[in-house]
Amino acid sequence: MRSLPFIAILAAVGVVVFFAAHQLHNDYVFFAGYTVLQYVVLATAWNILGGYTGYVNFGSAAFFAVGAYTTVFFHKVYPLPIPLLVVAAAAVAGLVGLGMGYLTLRLRGAFFAIATLALAVVLQTLIVNWDLVGGSRGAYVVRPASIPVFGSYIQYLFAIMLALAVVALATVRAIERSALGYGFATIRDDELAAEASGVPTLKLKLLATALSGAFMGMAGAPFPYYIGFLQPSSVFALDYTVNSIAMPMIGGTSSWVGPLVGALLLGSLQQIATVTISSAVNLLLVGLLLVTFVIVAPNGLIGLVRSAVARKKP
Amino acid sequence: MTAPILEVSGLGKRFGGFTALDGIDLAVAPGERVGLIGPNGSGKSTLVNCICGTLTNESGRVHFDGHDLAGLMTHERTRLGLARSFQLPRPFVSMTVADNIRVPLMYADRARRGAHVAEGEIADHCGELLRLVGLADRARHYPRDLTQVDMRKLELARAMAVEPKLLIADEAMAGLSGSEVNDIVNLLITLNERGVTVVLIEHIMSAVMRFSQRLVVLVTGRKIADGRPDDVIRDPEVERAYLGQ
Repeated sequence: MRSLPFIAILAAVGVVVFFAAHQLHNDYVFFAGYTVLQYVVLATAWNILGGYTGYVNFGSAAFFAVGAYTTVFFHKVYPLPIPLLVVAAAAVAGLVGLGMGYLTLRLRGAFFAIATLALAVVLQTLIVNWDLVGGSRGAYVVRPASIPVFGSYIQYLFAIMLALAVVALATVRAIERSALGYGFATIRDDELAAEASGVPTLKLKLLATALSGAFMGMAGAPFPYYIGFLQPSSVFALDYTVNSIAMPMIGGTSSWVGPLVGALLLGSLQQIATVTISSAVNLLLVGLLLVTFVIVAPNGLIGLVRSAVARKKP
Repeated sequence: MTAPILEVSGLGKRFGGFTALDGIDLAVAPGERVGLIGPNGSGKSTLVNCICGTLTNESGRVHFDGHDLAGLMTHERTRLGLARSFQLPRPFVSMTVADNIRVPLMYADRARRGAHVAEGEIADHCGELLRLVGLADRARHYPRDLTQVDMRKLELARAMAVEPKLLIADEAMAGLSGSEVNDIVNLLITLNERGVTVVLIEHIMSAVMRFSQRLVVLVTGRKIADGRPDDVIRDPEVERAYLGQ
């Protein structure tokens, strides 16, 4: 219940953002804003496992793709409204996360990271060979030109992603302040000491992989409607994996604010680079910033601010 | 005779071709203060790790407070009231001293009581433990700011936060000065007086002799002596193990 004021503020900010974007009378704002918000959800989801428990996941694109292909599957078999597709994608990606967690229980560090990368390769191979969802040819998901209340469909998609970002941020903030958050942090700090303190590390790791996967899947669910034509190479792309790692690292992994700041900053910068220079420059930008931050500010922007505040204190 | 709180029977553990524990039998009575000594490589830490579930023994059984511990994970053993401190302090580095103690209060203590424990009660309990070990003024510090002896105290306070019936202190005094060793021995005796059975693994003989009511000696994975400390240190086999022929 302590989270209610925070959720109310977050929802109010979401409404203000939506109506501010609406005032600009330019659908491109919603188009670009959707991508930035999608990265807010992805970065926040990655941080549950990578930031809180210290297990680096290189398979973000796979979970995102699971969400997107859940939508394609239902689009072909039993069309559902997007909010329901988001729930279905969360369930499927959450289960995949649980499975990944179960299979990689004894792995840590680089070995865990490699295993998640392998998961992405396996899933991509499965999708490429699954004709129902388009296989290697890809699949068209034609979205309606307009939708009641919102008018333009891109505004509807933007509103959905905004709502997902609010849900993701409210969830991780609640986790941070709960026993679960402490439990996750003990796994990152020292698993042996955590077990000796009564923390069920195995259960918490499974929960973290499932939660993280579920949110990534949620971020992917509206994507086929956003892009219109989905092919394996567009969802299993390096961009999603690199960005979902780089954004929390640049913002700071110790709190929910870090991934939000990192995603807003890097996501916006990428959108600006796309329209002013080229979309090809995006990954170069991310790479340069990531290297810079790892060397100069390993605790991200939040860490920099905290250090500055601590220095000012007498 | 009171039933032992810890009963180890025929415990065996091998690492490849090396036998670390060779049929260890050990019984610890409730409220007892037991010293466990042995040269480096004698199997003391392996025994602790097998009892606490960090390592899996290949033969033998461990019973704790009436429970057979076979198949139980470390956190489940902790929740039964079996606590340990580590040879090298392993604090949760990203948390303050107080939060380090809050973790076992939130997980082990709360789980054992099987009921929700209010935040205020956790905070009170945490404050009480910090006062007990003398770290009340360090509550908001991070482990990196602590001295070696304070780090050891934090280890013991965290172990105490699980409300243990048995505490195994693995070399809790390594690297400390004489007065600091005394502080830790006093603290362990205080914990014992509060009803906690304590097994102390230690190389510092003055501390072991002062602390222990019973002394157990391990050499190359075998128990070679078990009895009153004064008798054990005069045992010819123990002398041979420590001083050679």
